[in-house]
Order: sequence, then structure tokens, then C-alpha cells
Amino acid sequence: MPAPPDPRGLVVCPRCDALHHAPSLKAGGRADCARCGTVLEAPRRISVAEVLALSATVGVLMLGALFLPFLSISSMGLRNDSSIIDAALAFSTGLQTPLVLTVLASIVLLPLARVALLWWAMAPLAFGGAPLPGARAALALDEDLKPWAMAEIFVVGVAVALVKIADLASLTIGPAFWMLICAVLVGTLQEALTDRSALWRELEVARTRARASA
Amino acid sequence: MSAPAPTPAAAASPGEGARVITAREAGLVGCRRCHLAHAWGTERCTRCGTPLQSRDETSLQRVWAWWIAGVLFYIPANLYPMLSTRVLFTTHEATIVEGAIQMAQSGAVGIAAIILIASVGIPVAKFAAIAWLAWSVQRPGRGDGHRRTVLYEVVEFIGRWSMIDIFVVAITSALVHLRVLVSVTPGPAAIAFALSVIFTMLAARSFDSRLIWDGIGRGRT
Repeated sequence: MPAPPDPRGLVVCPRCDALHHAPSLKAGGRADCARCGTVLEAPRRISVAEVLALSATVGVLMLGALFLPFLSISSMGLRNDSSIIDAALAFSTGLQTPLVLTVLASIVLLPLARVALLWWAMAPLAFGGAPLPGARAALALDEDLKPWAMAEIFVVGVAVALVKIADLASLTIGPAFWMLICAVLVGTLQEALTDRSALWRELEVARTRARASA
Repeated sequence: MSAPAPTPAAAASPGEGARVITAREAGLVGCRRCHLAHAWGTERCTRCGTPLQSRDETSLQRVWAWWIAGVLFYIPANLYPMLSTRVLFTTHEATIVEGAIQMAQSGAVGIAAIILIASVGIPVAKFAAIAWLAWSVQRPGRGDGHRRTVLYEVVEFIGRWSMIDIFVVAITSALVHLRVLVSVTPGPAAIAFALSVIFTMLAARSFDSRLIWDGIGRGRT
């Protein structure tokens, strides 16, 4: 085997291990793996501060969705309106506790945790400071939590449930429902506009600078 | 507006057409999180701190372990009731499939289809897809790399949507706690189903997709 090439300036496809020269792209461009087509880099014009702003929006909307009335139901003169957190607390008894925790975590707790992790990792950079300890771990965990945050699936689930019990009782949709939908839309927008490898590069630059000045 | 594909780092060997060289063949190891290339033997990515491994040696063991757990939990998920509805003094219990049939009979065919696809179609297809992927990489030279990569991406993307029935059950029971006249409670199948979905997601995530392409390199000259 010939001597391994200098790894600097090379990138590797995470899906198929194909080696590439690091592409130099303008914002809006995209570089795909030459073999399997996985997107290697897709730089965006959006700044770290803008990504953080979008993520904070998701956080505020999620908190609203958690505590404001979500759905009201009335049947035969009885009325019951509850927020997601009310519903969760009312059901956290016995065998249902693990189920309630799973649902609560996947629809609001994990999305909120992702907001906090992204801010922990990136906020000092947007304000020109040195990264906090554990910034890399926070950004990595934010990425790993992504498939487990399922607010968008929950929204479709609500629509199905509404049809299912429409003939049992009459239902009114509360503000929290709309806030959750907005949170899902803003979150999707944020994911689409963010170039994760750019976040990693900025974090690396900031860490190097912080170490040099220390 | 997509730019041309980045140039593969190694030139094609003459006469064979363009052939991509892998990081492993070049004596390098790539970071799966931030894509940076490193010298062989580097333990952690210098940029993002992720542990580096040229190939995940335990990948298939973990895939099969989670897969078996997912399949095992899928059995009670279908045999036990998902939802038990009590109207006055009569209690009615329904499994996933029974619930969908009742929805269809009461006219909500679309909803019944969503539930059936999310709770039966997707999980069963996912079990088959993961098993096929894990089986095929143990037999080099089989199958099309592109097709299997796409299959893997579809499995990763769509698997989460199986959770929809769990959410429907949770919402329905949370809403209808007027308790007095009508009560709806999740049955034992709900937790089994949620676990089955989670285990299957873990199985998919344990799979090292680089193994797909290794097999092709070895299988064809």
C-alpha cells in the first residue's frame, strides 16, 4: 500500500467511506458524494445568530404548546380542557407512566432539549465569546436527538385522533395546538437552512482561537 | 443550483472507468459526523470529538440484537388490546388491527388506512428491510449499492412515523377523561408497540452503511 495521503483538505462520505477533496462551494451550492450521492456539504448564507434565533423561536412556541390549553372536549354538558402537561400529569399513574413519559419526551421535552443544547454549543460564538465547556458534546447530542424528537408526527396523530373521537364528543382546538404546528414548521425551516458542517467548522475555529489566547 | 460533485481524491485506474477510492483503502479514517478525514489510528475527530472507527466492527451484532428485540415486542403489540373504551358499564377492547377495521366500518376509511400503514405496513416492511440489509452485507457482491443505500435512508426516515398510533392512543385517552360516562385507556399493546418502534429505530441506527459498499468492492473485480 502506498503511503497514506495527507488527510488535510480531504473529506469522507459518512455513508459509503468514499474519499473526496474538500469541495469549495458558494452559499446555496451542494456537493454530493461521487459514489452514493449523499450530501457532503451544502453551505448556506444563514449566520449562526440566525440559526439560534430560529431555534429560540421553536423553544418559545414549544413552551406555549406545553402549558396553554391544547384541546377542549365537551360531551353531554361536561367540559374538559387541558394542556399537554395537564394531560401528562393526569395520566402518570401505574403502568401508563412509561408510556406518558415516552410521549411527552418525544413531542416536547426532546425538542426543548435540542434548543438548549444548540444554544449551549453555539450562543457564545454568536456573541463573540469563547465556547462553553462541553460545546462539542452538546452539538453532537443535539444531532443525535434529532430522530427521537417527533413533534411533527404528533401533529398528524392529533389530526387522526380528532376524526376518531369527533362522534363521541365535540372538540375545540386551543392555542397550544397552533403553537405546536408553528414550532414544527419553524423547526423544519431551521433544519433546512442550517449547514451542520459549517456549525462544526465555526466551533473548531472558535475553540482554536480560545486556546491560542488562553 | 447544485455544484458539480466534488472530485474523488484518487484518480481512476486506467481501463476500469472512474473508480472511487475509500478512506480505508487510502489508509485514512473519516469522521461520520463532520466528514473530516484523519490519519489511520486517530482515536477521536479533531474537529467534533466523535470517536473514529473505520468500520463499526460490532455493527451487525447490534443490528440483529435490536432487530430481534423489536420483532419480539411487535408480537404482544398485535395480540393485546391497544385501546380499551368504556361507555357507561360496557368495556370494549380492540387490538391495532381490530381498531382499524372498526374505523373503516364506521366510514373513516382514510384514517383506518393511515393506522394500518403506520402500525402494520411500515413496521413489517422495516423488519424485512433491515434484515435484508444486514443479511446482504454478510454476502459480498450481492445487490445494488445505490438501491440499498436508498433503502437504508428510507428505513431511517420512515421508521419514526410508526409512533403515530401511540400518539393517537395517548391523545384519545387524554382527551376523553371525562371519566364519568366514557373512558378510554391505553392497553398493554401500547407500551409493547412503542418499545418495538424504539428498538427497530435503534437497529437501523446501529447499521454501518459503509458495509454495503465494501461488499460491492470485494464482490466485483
